[in-house]
Amino acid sequence: MVDFGFNIKKARSFNMSNNDFSKVKMMFEAVPSYRLCISCGGCTATCSARQFTNFDIRKVHNSFSRGLYVNLDKELQKCMLCGKCTLICPRGVNLRSLIIEMRQLLNSQSETL
Amino acid sequence: MSNFHPFVLPFIFGTIALFCICGYKYIRWIKQFDKEQKRIIRKNIFSTKILPAIWEVFCECLLHLRISKKNWRLGYMHRSIAFGWFLLIFFGAIESRIGIKGPFHFWCAIFYRFFHHNPPANSAEMFFTQLMDLILLYILSGLFLAVLKKIHSRILGMQKTTKHTKMDIVVKISLWAIFPLRLLSESVTARLYGNGGFLTQNIGDLFSRHVANAIETPLWSLYSIVLCIFFIMMPFTRYMHIFTEVFLIYFRKVGVKEGEKLSGYTKYELSSCSRCGMCIDGCPLYNELNINDVQSVYLLRNLRNLEHKMDLEEAAKNCLMCHRCAEDCPVNIDLMNIRRISRDKGSIDIENNYKFLDNVSGFNSIGRVIYFGGCMSQLTPTITTSMKTIFETAGQKYWHIDENRSICCGRPLLQQGFNKQAEKLRLENTRIITESRATALVTSCPICYHSFKDEYDLHIPVYHHTEFIDMLINNNKLPIHKENTSFTFHDPCELGRGSKIYNQPRNILSAIGELRKISKDKEDSLCCGMNLGNTVLTLQQQTQLRDAALSVLSEPSPDTIVTACPMCKKAFNHGINTIVKDIAEVVVDNIKNNIQQ
Ligand code: SF4
Ligand code: SF4
Ligand code: SF4
Ligand code: SF4
Repeated sequence: MVDFGFNIKKARSFNMSNNDFSKVKMMFEAVPSYRLCISCGGCTATCSARQFTNFDIRKVHNSFSRGLYVNLDKELQKCMLCGKCTLICPRGVNLRSLIIEMRQLLNSQSETL
Repeated sequence: MSNFHPFVLPFIFGTIALFCICGYKYIRWIKQFDKEQKRIIRKNIFSTKILPAIWEVFCECLLHLRISKKNWRLGYMHRSIAFGWFLLIFFGAIESRIGIKGPFHFWCAIFYRFFHHNPPANSAEMFFTQLMDLILLYILSGLFLAVLKKIHSRILGMQKTTKHTKMDIVVKISLWAIFPLRLLSESVTARLYGNGGFLTQNIGDLFSRHVANAIETPLWSLYSIVLCIFFIMMPFTRYMHIFTEVFLIYFRKVGVKEGEKLSGYTKYELSSCSRCGMCIDGCPLYNELNINDVQSVYLLRNLRNLEHKMDLEEAAKNCLMCHRCAEDCPVNIDLMNIRRISRDKGSIDIENNYKFLDNVSGFNSIGRVIYFGGCMSQLTPTITTSMKTIFETAGQKYWHIDENRSICCGRPLLQQGFNKQAEKLRLENTRIITESRATALVTSCPICYHSFKDEYDLHIPVYHHTEFIDMLINNNKLPIHKENTSFTFHDPCELGRGSKIYNQPRNILSAIGELRKISKDKEDSLCCGMNLGNTVLTLQQQTQLRDAALSVLSEPSPDTIVTACPMCKKAFNHGINTIVKDIAEVVVDNIKNNIQQ
């Protein structure tokens, strides 16, 4: 097989009906532009933190929107809040605000657990 | 003559309460200073720095010179009430010391005319009598302006005055009542005993003796009660600033610095705010978007009364951190830092933040400068390539530290209240820069510049590229020439108000072409709307802010709008037909034209 330097990701499967969407709803309220995301990946492509790690901001907010919160708080700590993703996003998603709100929401969750 | 009358009791009570409450608060706050701040105070408590502090207290707390510089009518209003009242107490004390017969009590100075009925006996007493009337007239003139301001703020050159709380309004009315009541009481007494000056005597003579007799004691009692109300409520309202500013000025002069967290010192700052509202008129959020509950005056108020906790969070978030209000504040409160403190997210803390940066290593750069483009410059490659051309033309060796991978300077995190995380980034950057042993650091981003200058401790000179290019031009390292072209310059918030770099970009542009004047520049320059300090504005709101800035910049129809910040450039780029360039690009274009000719 030709080596393109990257692999096709394996398909993931999860049962949406078991997931808790309360936080996602709160997030849509707090950051309305979050609804506009088309998962284009522009944010991940430009990300400063990604230049050093495999941090994937699109994956983080995609997982969040599906109610999969595990480990996201740790991942989010890699973000330096530099704002490049917000500037690049073709849909005008306010990613910096989204990241801050996610950090706070996920953090409050781990405290209460 | 015992020099006592029951009506002085409320006044005595009020005065004692005032000093007890204030004393209690001040001592409690001092206890809440952090260790470093306490150490500085202990070290400098009786140093010579106290002299400039006294001078500043005189100029600012009494004369209000900084307000006068910005708006002389407002300055006159504040001065007449503050300085006038001070004079009234000062000369009142002297006059009563001389004039009072029998035992002297401190209230005799306040109610002197009541306890001293004899008309002026000699020229000294005559002088004081007239002087006191003159001072009272001075205060009343200021009071008149204050009432006018309430009715129509524009008469005093303000677009918008502060929305006050109910408590503030009650105290304000009692303050306003003090001086007219004093005038009336003294006038009535003057009618009965002929001991008044040019003002009180003439007003007193309008009353009939009968009426005067009946209302004399009630008037003096009312005067005493109003003083009592004002004194007791003062420590719980904005008027606390009257005394607090004195302490704040002293602390600042001995070198106390604002910490990263809310400390006792912050409480002194919060209570020094007089809610004068001068921070409202310049705020772009108010001017362009009509958002009128987030400005510094409201943030400070909400921080002081923590019962507004919800309001506090909302108000804390919505601010561009454009430094405009900090520039306008006559008390020089460090408003940007307080904004930052109010966003403190200290509780969100996860170990091993940014561990992946630990093995990023430096590049041996002895004899070179470090070029730190900043994260945003990676999205504006024309700026970084221009800077490289400039370095090469000037024969300056450099290391482009963030050509492929950029570590953020940490300021965006700091602005959002992630102090610990920001500190980690600062440590990593400092380590890499120190390891490289470069001679200087040049950055293209005003945010990074402000951060490296104020928040880092780098031991090498830090330049913004405007400064660096200006230096190269002055040393004849860059072959620029005058062209037939025109510019307007946009002062980025963090470069202008944030770092006070105003002249260098103007020198460069005037050397290259004609720099046209715009109506709002330097300290008054408008934010491009994209400032990283804000996370809650919508795209549409940001566009509105951008358009406001662009309309000012394009007024004198320049060939090129020039800025010195990758963020501003990005913001402006698609908003207007005029070409928008960074100053580095302008310089490179000029050099290239020069070579072609
Ligand atoms: S760049 Fe914007 S639209 Fe694209 S994935 Fe990221 S958030 Fe979604
Ligand atoms: S703000 Fe965070 S997620 Fe966005 S580009 Fe910067 S480091 Fe990446
Ligand atoms: S913060 Fe400064 S400018 Fe604003 S109301 Fe207070 S004292 Fe006035
Ligand atoms: S920093 Fe700017 S946006 Fe924020 S309150 Fe002050 S003037 Fe308004």
